[in-house]
Amino acid sequence: MELVTVWFVLVAVLWVGYLALEGFDFGVGMLTRRFAHDDRERRVLINTIGPVWDGNEVWMITAVGATFAAFPEWYATAWSAYYLPLAAILVALILRGLAFEYRAKHDSDSWRRRWDGVIFLGSAAPAFLWGVLLAGFAQGLPLDARHDFVGGLGDVFTPYTLLGGVVTLALSLLHGTHYVALKTVGELRTRARALSGRLAAPTALAIAGFVVWTVTQRDTGSVTWAAWLAGAVAVAFVVGGHRIIADGREGWAFVTSFVAVAAVGAALFGALYPDVLPSTADAAGTLTVDNASSTDYTLTVMTWVAVPFVPVVLAYQSWVYWTFRRRIGVQHITSP
Amino acid sequence: MDVIDLARWQFGITTVVHYFFVPFTISMAFLVAIMETAWIRTGDERWLKLTKFFGKLLLINLAVGVVTGLVQEFQFGLNWSDFSRFVGDIFGAPLAMEALLAFYLESVFVGVWIFGWGRIPPKIHLATIWVTACATLLSAYFILAANSFMQNPVGYEINEEAGRAELTDIWAVLTNKVTLVTFPHTIMAAIMVGGGVVAAVAMWHLLRGNRDPSLAEPGAPSDAAPFRSALRIGAAAVLIGGVGTAVTGDIQGKIMTEVQPMKMAAAEALYETEQPAPFSLFTVGTLDGSEALYSIEVPQLLSFLSTGSFDGAVQGINDIQQEYEEIYGPGDYAPNIPVTYWTFRFMIGAGGLAAAIAAWQLWSTRRGRVPTSRWALRATLILPVLPLAANTFGWIFTEMGRQPWLVFGLMPTASGITPGSTSASVLATLSVFTVLYAGLTALWIWLLVKHARPGLPDVSAEAAWGRRHSGGGGGGGGAGAGAGSDDQDVDGESADRESTERESGDDDADRPLIFAY
Ligand code: HDD
Ligand code: HEM
Ligand code: HEM
Repeated sequence: MELVTVWFVLVAVLWVGYLALEGFDFGVGMLTRRFAHDDRERRVLINTIGPVWDGNEVWMITAVGATFAAFPEWYATAWSAYYLPLAAILVALILRGLAFEYRAKHDSDSWRRRWDGVIFLGSAAPAFLWGVLLAGFAQGLPLDARHDFVGGLGDVFTPYTLLGGVVTLALSLLHGTHYVALKTVGELRTRARALSGRLAAPTALAIAGFVVWTVTQRDTGSVTWAAWLAGAVAVAFVVGGHRIIADGREGWAFVTSFVAVAAVGAALFGALYPDVLPSTADAAGTLTVDNASSTDYTLTVMTWVAVPFVPVVLAYQSWVYWTFRRRIGVQHITSP
Repeated sequence: MDVIDLARWQFGITTVVHYFFVPFTISMAFLVAIMETAWIRTGDERWLKLTKFFGKLLLINLAVGVVTGLVQEFQFGLNWSDFSRFVGDIFGAPLAMEALLAFYLESVFVGVWIFGWGRIPPKIHLATIWVTACATLLSAYFILAANSFMQNPVGYEINEEAGRAELTDIWAVLTNKVTLVTFPHTIMAAIMVGGGVVAAVAMWHLLRGNRDPSLAEPGAPSDAAPFRSALRIGAAAVLIGGVGTAVTGDIQGKIMTEVQPMKMAAAEALYETEQPAPFSLFTVGTLDGSEALYSIEVPQLLSFLSTGSFDGAVQGINDIQQEYEEIYGPGDYAPNIPVTYWTFRFMIGAGGLAAAIAAWQLWSTRRGRVPTSRWALRATLILPVLPLAANTFGWIFTEMGRQPWLVFGLMPTASGITPGSTSASVLATLSVFTVLYAGLTALWIWLLVKHARPGLPDVSAEAAWGRRHSGGGGGGGGAGAGAGSDDQDVDGESADRESTERESGDDDADRPLIFAY
């Protein structure tokens, strides 16, 4: 495989890893709203992701950094085209990060209520917007021959990208529900199982629609069959997850939603390759893995860094999940 | 204001705000790691209390440091896309390495540290804070390598056809001589920040204990013994950092004179080349090259700072301007002189004052003494502020002094901007971010004060956890002593509990968490 392809795959893996990991903590953040009945339950939910959410977010930072290093043109064009939605994501993530840390630092109900609102919105908004922006890659944007974005917000928010947003939102919620079922005891666990059952069908439907739309729209993609396959896997796993959790096997249910997120990501990036950002205006503006990439030398250097260190990162991040594997419930949370 | 100015303001504000919190994190992580090490080694609970107490301040700060860093990662693409295209081949690499090698480490292990109290063996817990602290150094190194490339481009060649700079030697970028000296200078400067916070908070509690001795008794919130230790550690850190910044800053001055002579001339507002050149402590009047109204000068000091010899020649702005016009064509190659002149002095002045206060604190607390004067209280209030200010001034000097270049000698600031970006959208995000930053800074101050005030926390649960693991050593009692082995989990968290099928309902499993959000 050529290095540019390796890096395309790696960037895709980083984004998928981000959606699969931060996806569930977005989901848990959204569940703090109605699903949790009182402050204690809300705290249980927050504490299930407490030790891990920041590490999950670094997947996004690394995805962005790797895009910059391997495909500077992609980074430059996409991020300036996505100016306002990205700013909104940043504001949401900033406030959300503060909310986890600061919510417990002052003992007042109105203080906590305000941060709870932030956790909910700060989780829902990025879960939706990232779907819109990533779908935007597969859809393409109006670019001129110099690869500069010449459109407006209407080119970013289209019916297709909005559906992409719905898919990531729904998947995050489902994935978060499975995580809660896996990490809590008592009432919350029971309720999470029940909720998962109600979420499965609409999620599967949204994914199916999105994948069909993606692949038919991107007929130039060279790995269309893989995209079809990945889409089918995603739908199958969402539906299957519903059966598995009904049997009480929460660990496996979590795995199914994890695979579903990965499969949707694979369908999207599979349909995109070998482009990274197609132009819908001037065809000469289309960015591909070849004309958007860094030099071979830079990619070689980065490969030498990634090959030994990606496994190390995976190892210690898994260790953290193992360390905090114990379920928690309201009995573990003392009053503030 | 045009779109370039707005984009510059946006970049300046976001990095300055990010860097306002970063040195606090870097240094406090190390200081807390040292305190926890002292607890593990001696079993003395006062170190545990200090660890928990300052650890909380660290976490309050870490939250803002991390979230402001997020914006940085996107800035280059949002407003500076032509810059990203031009240097991406070189500049992206250290940024990606920072994420992969440093951010993962830091955020993953700090999570374990925060939630690990009572859940993992104490020695592993201690290791996690050391890993976090070292990761902050790695992160500083990579980002400074990226920044140093902009100050002094190395290891690249220009590809005319592609219109960009391309990496030819990564090693040259990572060992840029500017990086090698900027890194220690920045770290020393960071150490002063955490030291200043620790010393000031400790001094405040000592003074409170002085006024109300019941608060200073062993075990009371302002317990004099631990806070005396903390004060001395903090003051020592400020002093070491002060000496360290002076030594490394001196080297930095020489390297800067070599690679960016204009910046050094601007730092002194030196228009004509002089040999030897004096260093003015301050100047009243304009800095436009006409006679100053009044100025105190130290003869020959600038020569020493920039060349290492007391009668070296220092090039003036006018000469360098002429030289650059010949190389780069017509244009104005001098940065904003009043800004560079004053920020350079304020950096040195604020840092010097902080070091002096720290030296006095060490002296006045020698052999069990506790200062009681009004000055002690005043010093307490400004000690954390001074190093923070010095850091900010230093960066504003460095970055503004680089102007009009974005990448020195290669790319002027105005050509780095995103083509087609509009003032309206930049202004909109600039306002939102500015308001957000103002709000979070206010929140940060309020929470720090709120949590610094009450004094040492109750640590009985953590202490019991420590004793259980050290087999009854340390502070005495022996609850659960003998368990000894580190890999056996104290909370009865045996492997079978992991099974997803079991409702864990027995007593032990229901013990509340020592730490929870
Ligand atoms: C507590 C903070 C602090 C203190 C006391 C000092 N500095 Fe500093 N200085 C910084 C904090 C700082 C900084 C914020 O960390 C900078 C910005 C960029 C950098 O490398 O460090 C900086 C930059 C900086 C630069 C610019 C480097 C460049 O643009 O390439 C020079 C020449 C010096 N310093 C020199 C000194 C000298 C001679 C000092 C004292 C005798 C001194 N600094 C004290
Ligand atoms: C954390 C320390 C840093 C601080 C406090 C800082 C501060 C600033 C300031 C004040 C400006 C505005 C300059 C002006 O408007 O004239 C600026 C500009 C800029 N800095 Fe930095 N900077 C820091 C580190 C970096 C690093 C590490 C990079 C690169 C990785 C960088 C890249 C830039 C860029 C691209 C601009 C915009 C162009 C310009 O106006 O010069 N800065 N920075
Ligand atoms: C302008 C360039 C910069 C970028 C793109 C950047 C990016 C980031 C990001 C994304 C984070 C959050 C990491 C997380 O989620 O854990 C962060 C935190 C951090 N950054 Fe920066 N940063 C910049 C400037 C700097 C500089 C100049 C330094 C040090 C000299 C620095 C040191 C740190 C450290 C130590 C942290 C972790 C601790 C904390 O957040 O307080 N950064 N940075």
